[in-house]
Amino acid sequence: MNEIFTSTVIVGILTSAVRLATPYLYASIGEAFAQTSGVVNLGVDGIMLVGGFAGFYITLITGNVWLGLLAAMIAGLLMGLLMSVISVTLKAEQGISGIGLYMFGLGFSSLLFKELVGTVKTIDGFSAVRIPVLGNIPFLGDIFFNQSVLVYAAFLLVPLAWFVLDKTTLGLKIKSVGQNPAAADSLGVSVDRVRYFSVCLGATLAGLAGASLSLSLVNLFQENLTAGLGFIAVALVYFGGWRPLGILGGALLFSTVNSLQLWMQVLGAEIKSDILVMLPYILTIVALAFAANRARQPAALNKPFERGEN
Amino acid sequence: MKNHRLFVVLSIVILAAMVLTSACGAVPGAGGGANKPIRVAVVMPSSVTDMAFSQSMYSALKAVQTEMGGESAMELKYSENMFKVPDAAAALRDYASQGFDIVIGHGSQYGASIEEIAPDFPDTTFAWGTDVNTFGMKNVYAYTAAAEEGGYVNGVMAALLTKSKSIGVTGPVEVGDAKTYIDGFSQGVASVDPNINLSKTWTGSFSDVALMTEAAKTHIASGADVLTGSSQSVVGSIGAAKEAGNVLWFGTQSDQASLAPNLVVSSQVYDWTKMIKEIIDNHKKGTLGGTQYKLQLKNDGLKIAYNSGYSLPADVKAAADKAIEGIKSGSITVQP
Repeated sequence: MNEIFTSTVIVGILTSAVRLATPYLYASIGEAFAQTSGVVNLGVDGIMLVGGFAGFYITLITGNVWLGLLAAMIAGLLMGLLMSVISVTLKAEQGISGIGLYMFGLGFSSLLFKELVGTVKTIDGFSAVRIPVLGNIPFLGDIFFNQSVLVYAAFLLVPLAWFVLDKTTLGLKIKSVGQNPAAADSLGVSVDRVRYFSVCLGATLAGLAGASLSLSLVNLFQENLTAGLGFIAVALVYFGGWRPLGILGGALLFSTVNSLQLWMQVLGAEIKSDILVMLPYILTIVALAFAANRARQPAALNKPFERGEN
Repeated sequence: MKNHRLFVVLSIVILAAMVLTSACGAVPGAGGGANKPIRVAVVMPSSVTDMAFSQSMYSALKAVQTEMGGESAMELKYSENMFKVPDAAAALRDYASQGFDIVIGHGSQYGASIEEIAPDFPDTTFAWGTDVNTFGMKNVYAYTAAAEEGGYVNGVMAALLTKSKSIGVTGPVEVGDAKTYIDGFSQGVASVDPNINLSKTWTGSFSDVALMTEAAKTHIASGADVLTGSSQSVVGSIGAAKEAGNVLWFGTQSDQASLAPNLVVSSQVYDWTKMIKEIIDNHKKGTLGGTQYKLQLKNDGLKIAYNSGYSLPADVKAAADKAIEGIKSGSITVQP
């Protein structure tokens, strides 16, 4: 067990953690945009599946990962439009329509996979790119600067999302329709339009999250590839208190514990694997119970807006 | 007004979801032709394209169907992705009540359901596995695969091929043939060189491909140059081996060579065709069950599929063949 403190192991754990955090970052930050505008989208996992499949399939037939990436984002956007029509225009109960969207995404991606691909195939996805200079820093270079483009983009998304939400008029509009849509409406902000934008942006990022799996992390598609990852991403939004930086912390905590348990098994720790496998989930529950900051929850979260009703 | 609209929307969403999910599984229909084909239905936990457990059974059924003369001789229906046991139980009962001759529950988690349903359909043959329990019923077969045997053979080759003397194993949970395969593999490795460092990781899930991939990457980062593993999520591990470029893979359940044509050395393949043909023949003769089947190397139920895309050194091939002969003749015993 002394082995756990060697530099190979520590670098290994953190490299895995950075990689594993990637799909959560895209999906959670996307979900944070939707929720900040007042819409809970529980369909993230289904959107990831459709995006992940679209990215995989287009890459498979064209051999171009960038086209695949574009396809994943478009697929995510379309799923976002569907969610927006249901939850914003038709004002359906958000939780249930999100679950419906998830089931649709799961079934739709499985159907397309079976019809168009048929069997599990691997593709050449985004490979790791070592960044000059930074990539040569001992330890840190391997952990942070020798990853795929999609990993870098996910981490760059954190400050970008923070900037948009906290420092721009657009961010202010998103927050205002999530806090007090009636007031925003009276000031001339179109609640529906802002919510459409936020949900669609979130879904596009969820499509990217799916692509980060199928085009970078695992380089293949299989039915139900995400295995519920999108639901953890929704939990991370609460965990992070609707702030990009909080989400980054939550995603890294979850992924670090996950890669730690993988390494503990590899190193032959005398602990039952079942217990190790549970660790990240137990930690998530404990952290959610103690760290979640309800005060930051958007006041109009989960509430459809109807003019003159409030 | 608002509630009404909500109801309509929800109905549409749920209906669409149901149509799409059910479109994946086949809907049992009324079969029947001039010569009354034998009707076979199978319920599987994962997808028929999983490159592993479910696919091994589905391909065998398709092969038997083709051999018998297609749809007109043998009707085949399946329900896949039945991870949830209550859904599987409902499907098993549906098939039986629609008059299927042979109903297969292809998952060790389906035992209790078979035990409950089989007595209600005394003229239907039920088969399930992997397990050995026929519940003392005359219309139930149980089947297993001696996965440790091929595991041993793969292990012998792995031990001879590793340069770093470090081998990684990725599995779902420590049960069933995932465990026996890996136990056999460990014995095979130890028979060549007990000092080889063999480390195992379990992800706790049959379906979490992302975590399985990361588990394989972890082994590679810690120095392993040969990997193996079991379950439908190992396609992720194979992908990780492929990305690393110089890591070898040993497969089990289905032939996995197509996933990494240069790196897959061999796969232990489950070949259920002989068993299925026997079950069908027996059914026609009036024997509906009551016995156990075990896929083994010596009854050709298990085969070692060498990947032609990988040039296996002759001495390693010879050692593998020797292990196969030893297991067949009984001079090598592998503990499950």
